[in-house]
Amino acid sequence: MVGIIGFGAYVPFNRLNRAHIKDTFGAPVPKGEKAVANYDEDSITMGAMAALDCSANLDTKSIDAVYFATTTAPYKEKQSAATIAGVLDTRLDIRTADFCDSLRAGSSAILAGVDAAMQGLNTMVVAGECRLGYSAGSYENHFGDGAAAFLIGNNHVIAEYIDSCSISIDFHDLWRADDERFVHSWEERFCINQGYNQFVSDSVQGVLKKTGLTPGDFSKIVLYGVTPRYQGQIAAKLGFAPAQIQDSLYNQVGNTGTANAPMMLAAALEEAKPNDYIMLVSYGEGSDAIVFKVSDEIANFFPACGLKGYIENKKVTMNYGKYLRWRELIETEPAKRPVQKRSSLPDMYRNRKKNLGFYGVVCKNCGTVQFPPSRICIECRTIDQMEDYRLYGKPARVATFTVDYLAESLDPPTIVAVVDFEGGGRLICYLVDCDPDEVKVGMEVKMSFRHIFTVDSIRTYFWKAVPKL
Amino acid sequence: MAIGIKDRAAVIGMGCTKFGERYDRNLEDLMIEAIDECLEDAGIEFNDIDAFWFGTFTSGMAGLAFSNRMKSHYKPVTRLENMCCTGLDSFRNACYGVVAGAYDVVMAIGAEKLKDGGYSGLEVPTEDSDRTLPDLTAPSRFAFVAPAYAHKYGLDMQQMKEVMARIAWKNHKNGALNPKAQYRAEVSMESILKSPIICSPMGVMDCSGVSDGAACAIITRTEDAKKYRKDPMYVKGIQIAAGPGHSEKHQSYDFTTAFETYYAGQAAYREAGITNPREQISLAEVHDCFTPTELIIYEDLQFSERGQGWKDAMNGFFDLDGGLPVNPDGGLKSFGHPIGASGIRMLYESWLQFHGRAGKRQLENPRIGLAQNLGGQPYSCVVGVGIVGNELG
Repeated sequence: MVGIIGFGAYVPFNRLNRAHIKDTFGAPVPKGEKAVANYDEDSITMGAMAALDCSANLDTKSIDAVYFATTTAPYKEKQSAATIAGVLDTRLDIRTADFCDSLRAGSSAILAGVDAAMQGLNTMVVAGECRLGYSAGSYENHFGDGAAAFLIGNNHVIAEYIDSCSISIDFHDLWRADDERFVHSWEERFCINQGYNQFVSDSVQGVLKKTGLTPGDFSKIVLYGVTPRYQGQIAAKLGFAPAQIQDSLYNQVGNTGTANAPMMLAAALEEAKPNDYIMLVSYGEGSDAIVFKVSDEIANFFPACGLKGYIENKKVTMNYGKYLRWRELIETEPAKRPVQKRSSLPDMYRNRKKNLGFYGVVCKNCGTVQFPPSRICIECRTIDQMEDYRLYGKPARVATFTVDYLAESLDPPTIVAVVDFEGGGRLICYLVDCDPDEVKVGMEVKMSFRHIFTVDSIRTYFWKAVPKL
Repeated sequence: MAIGIKDRAAVIGMGCTKFGERYDRNLEDLMIEAIDECLEDAGIEFNDIDAFWFGTFTSGMAGLAFSNRMKSHYKPVTRLENMCCTGLDSFRNACYGVVAGAYDVVMAIGAEKLKDGGYSGLEVPTEDSDRTLPDLTAPSRFAFVAPAYAHKYGLDMQQMKEVMARIAWKNHKNGALNPKAQYRAEVSMESILKSPIICSPMGVMDCSGVSDGAACAIITRTEDAKKYRKDPMYVKGIQIAAGPGHSEKHQSYDFTTAFETYYAGQAAYREAGITNPREQISLAEVHDCFTPTELIIYEDLQFSERGQGWKDAMNGFFDLDGGLPVNPDGGLKSFGHPIGASGIRMLYESWLQFHGRAGKRQLENPRIGLAQNLGGQPYSCVVGVGIVGNELG
């Protein structure tokens, strides 16, 4: 049996109430909130957090492949999946690949994971997205940011892969050229009537035919849709009742592109019962329809926080100006502070276990946990008696802190905290996704993988603290 | 076995510029200003100096930054950098130059031109690294002390703010009497308490000035000092301590001390023969880069018992007319903080006080002065403590 072994998701903490877009431009907007990646988040960091959400109770050394699906990879040349594999602390003898350039990349990666599982491999499939629509355009209203992750393999399967149908056609409705930031589209009626409705129908009918199942057999259809209206219309036409249609997350998160159907699948799995049939349907240059059957193992799997948990943990006070600033859509006055130096890539390479896997060391002589790793113990000065010690996942508390109004930031003021880990180890780091008035000595925090800064187009990633949910 | 240098080196002249926003002066001007005063004070010529220790944090590279500007003629110049402890460490190394017998007359000079940088804070030169650890602002590194101290000793944050403000108030009150200080005005407790927050709970009035300035000293061996003047200032002890970074990595550290200050103080007290600093020291110039720093220095240097420093601050023990005046010249807070110059500026106040030249700040019969200079942050720093006196023995 091959299929999904585990699932996880990530939704950024900050949400923009769409009403703020109307306040700015006047035109009517859809109801609800869109999830907005913090200024220090991107598709890689959100993907990594979703993968950690998925793997909290799994042995990441059993992972044989990491696939990352996105249309918003931070680099055009430099793989994202390898970074996520580093965060997951996988073995080095694994496959990594990015699935890019299509909204269908998420389901393509899942199918690739299924194929790998048939060869006996465990694949972490991650989809993360952080797309931009033009200001005052409909896609700005629609788009939200988020990620989902699935471990796919053949042991302890919680949702068995039954079959799939893929339709591929060079249909050109949405696009974004190599050097562009914003998504373009052709006239909406062409996109929906000739594209979306047609290909989704083709793949769904195809997989129904292959499996011999009927719409009534499914507990949920996880159907990608640009908006809930288009999603509902075609699902109904295909014979699915409203209760069967998995919520598109449009009102709480927004359309997360490549990650949208995968995030909806994570939501469906959070509610699923043994023997449920779930159909995942994606869209983009065609469509993939994939049928899963939930197994008894579903009762034994829990993501660390889960999509529901991340959706509930939110702050909705941001205004449109902050959104523009975080996505660097307006030029704000640079701080009168020295220019940041770029990271040294050789040092980044040497320190990869620290920076990605969040490893410190523990001294075998005196037992002192310390970060960052070094060869000489800070406590007993013993040399070369260190063992790797992963601090990620250890309970942590704020020992002391300050709220810094001087530091350059896209979201001032900056909270700086001294974080002490249970069992030893201390790190002085930023505390984000946190109201400055809520910080207290002793508060519980956990670590979140973030984009720290970019200089010379070298993106530096590291860990920050966030309040524990 | 090393016995230290107590009473083996003597200062025969000092100079110090006015500190502040010296937009009309460059580094050369500042050094000339300090050196002119210093040479006149010592009664010697520039060419009488055998060797130089030139301390600067960011305002020049190598000994050339000094020798090119001052046109010193193929003489030894050591450029020294030890962060904000640069000044006192330049002085320390210069002392060793004469005590070792390598030179007869040496100069320690610290100079800094911060206001040409265009930033309100410091520009810290950094090594190449992965740069993943936060590039924290200077005030944030010291602000950690305030909630930790308040928590440990049972002060509420309002009380803590008042203790911090009292320290700033004192240093401004002293600085108002100092013609060379950057800020020469008394500031009310109320306006200190209400100053805009920089790094909570510190407001802008809890922070020292960012300044241009230079200070220097001419040093000889004690046996030669009387050839130049009858009233030299003797070096009683001078020590520095560089920390291993234990505090920032180990949870046992609670942010209410800088161990480096404690260890440098203990070493300097041993060298100088100080057994009761609270009683024996006449005046102390300490590194009040931020008000919480001065508070924990009181305790690290044993001017106050642990947990008692805030009470001594509030009851005026460290005021100009108190039991142990701290920062009688206004300190970094009011005199200003041109990094490389600060450690030597601290000694300059003892120099003036010993010679009765401190004007309205003049203390009665000062005998022993202390300077404490800190580079880094409370949880990882290099600290110098120097002790000087106006009598031998």
